[in-house]
Amino acid sequence: MATNIRERIINSFALYTLFPYAVFLVFVLLPFFIGGYYSLTDWNGISRNLDFVGLRNFIEMFRDDEGFIVSIVFTFKFTVAACITVNLLGLAYAVLFHTTTRWNSVLRVILVLPNVIGGIILGFVWRFIFAQALPAIGGIFENISWFGQPNTAFWAIVIVLVWQQAGYVMLIYIASMNSIDEQLFEAAEIDGASSFRQFTDITLPLIVPAFTVSIFIVLANSFKIFGLVFSLTGGGPFGTTESLAINIYNEAFIYGNYGLGSAKAVVFFIFVAILSYMQVRFTQRREVAL
Amino acid sequence: MNRQFTPLRVVFYVVTLLFALVVLSPFYFVLVNSVKSYGEIIIDAAALPTELKFSNYAVGVERVNFWLAFYRSLFVTVIGLGGMAIFGSMAAWKLARVKSRVSTFMYATYILAMIIPFQSIMIPLVVVAHNFRMLNPLGLAILYWGFGMPLTIFLYRGYFNYVPRELDESGMLDGCNDFVLFWRILFPQLRTMTTTIVILQSLWVWNDFLLPLLILQHDRSFYTIPLGINSFFGIYKAQWDMALPILVLGMLPLITAFLFAQKNIVRSIAASGLKG
Repeated sequence: MATNIRERIINSFALYTLFPYAVFLVFVLLPFFIGGYYSLTDWNGISRNLDFVGLRNFIEMFRDDEGFIVSIVFTFKFTVAACITVNLLGLAYAVLFHTTTRWNSVLRVILVLPNVIGGIILGFVWRFIFAQALPAIGGIFENISWFGQPNTAFWAIVIVLVWQQAGYVMLIYIASMNSIDEQLFEAAEIDGASSFRQFTDITLPLIVPAFTVSIFIVLANSFKIFGLVFSLTGGGPFGTTESLAINIYNEAFIYGNYGLGSAKAVVFFIFVAILSYMQVRFTQRREVAL
Repeated sequence: MNRQFTPLRVVFYVVTLLFALVVLSPFYFVLVNSVKSYGEIIIDAAALPTELKFSNYAVGVERVNFWLAFYRSLFVTVIGLGGMAIFGSMAAWKLARVKSRVSTFMYATYILAMIIPFQSIMIPLVVVAHNFRMLNPLGLAILYWGFGMPLTIFLYRGYFNYVPRELDESGMLDGCNDFVLFWRILFPQLRTMTTTIVILQSLWVWNDFLLPLLILQHDRSFYTIPLGINSFFGIYKAQWDMALPILVLGMLPLITAFLFAQKNIVRSIAASGLKG
C-alpha cells in the first residue's frame, strides 16, 4: 500500500508543477538569458538584423556615458542614505511603540499606513506637498525650491522613502523584540540594570537578525527604485536624481538602444547579485556566531 | 509597569500624538485641497476651502477615465492573485512532498530567480510578451503569475512543513483522488499562508507601475490606475484641482482595504520580514 501511495504522489507531480514552471521559465528565465545575448549586440528594437558587437556596449557605458555614471553614483548614495535613515527611525518607532497598549496599536497602524501607497501615487502626492503645501506652511520651508537643486531633490526622495518604509521596518523590529524572553529583563531588573542598559545589553544584541533583514529589505527597495523617482523628480534636476532603473528604462524604451540598455541591465544584475550574496553571507555568519 | 498618568507619560502622549499628525499630514493636505478651486490651492494650500468644490472629482474622474482604470486594476489583481494562489499552492504541494532530482532542481531555480531584479529582464520580456500576443490585461496578469511564482512557491512550500504528511496519506487511503485531497483537505489548512500571500502580492500588483507601463502603454483603454494617473500628470502637469481628487481616489481603495484587513496586513508584513 505504501509504495502505491508513493507512486501516486510521483505520477501527478508533472500535472501539478509543470504549468506554473513553464510560465516562469518562458517569462522570467528566458528573458534573462535573451537579455544577456542582446547586451552583446547593437539592436535598436526595430530592425530585423542585429550585429554582434562583443563587449563594446560595456566599454561605451563606462567610458562615454556620463549620465550612466551619474545614475550609479546617485543610486548608491541614495541606497546608503535610505538604509540608514529608514532603519534608525524604524528602530526608534519600535522602541517607543512595541508594548501592546491601545494607544500604541493605533500609532502603529498610522505609521504603517503610508506603506500601502504605491510608488507612482506616492511621488505625485509628495510633489504636491513639496511644491504647494510646505511653502504654504511657511517658516523654514517657505523658500526651499525642493526640485530645483540636486541636493534638495535628493533629500526629498529620501524623506518620502522614509515616510513610506519606516513603519514597515518598525514591524520587523517589533516582531523581533517581542520574541525576546521576558525573563531576561526580569533578571536584569533584579540586578538593578537601568532600562537604558537593558536596551543596549539585552535588546540590541538579540535583535541583530532583524537588523540584517530590515537593512537588506530597504537596500533592495531603494537600489531598484523606479516609480517614486519617476513621479517625484522625474530624474531631475539635470538627471542628478536619475536612478539606475530609470537610466536603463530610458536607454531602451526612450532612446531605442536595446543593446546598450540590455548591457546596462546586465551590469545592474551584477550589482544586485553582489548585494544578495553579501546578504546570504551576513545571514550565515550570524547563524554561526549564535 | 504602572500605567498611571505620570508627567513622563503625558509628554509621551503629546509628543507621539504630534508625530502621528505629522505622518498623516500629507493625506490631510491632499484631501482638503482636493475640494478647492485652482486659485485657492495656489494662493494658500494650508488654508481651508471657502467653498467645497466636489465638481473637481467629477472632472478628474472623467479625464482619467477612472472607473475603467479601476476595473482594469481589479481585473489584473484578481486574475494575477488567483493564478498565483491556485497554481502556486498546487505546485508547492508536490515540490514539498516529492523528493526527486527534478523537484529539487525546480525549487532551486525558483529560489535563485528571486535575485533577478525585474529591471534586468524587462527589455527582452517586452519582446517575448509581444510574440505571445500578451500586450493586454490578461497577458499582464499571466506575467504576474510568472514573476510572483518564486515567492509564492517559497512561502507555500515552507508552510507545508507544518501540514502533516499523515493527512495526505489518510486522505488517499480513504480513496480521495489527488484533486479532492488537495482542495478539500489540504488547501484549507493553508489558509493563514494564503492570506499572507494574497496581501503581500496584491499590494505589489495593485501598485505596480513599471510592468503595466511596458505591457499596456500602447492602448489607453487598457490603463490601470497607476498608468491613468501617470498619463494624466503627463498631460496636465500641475493642474492640482483635477489631480488631487484623482490622487485621493487612487489611494482610497488601498487605505480602505488596509483599515479593513489591518491586523492581517500587519501580521503578513512582520512574517515576511522574519522569513527574509
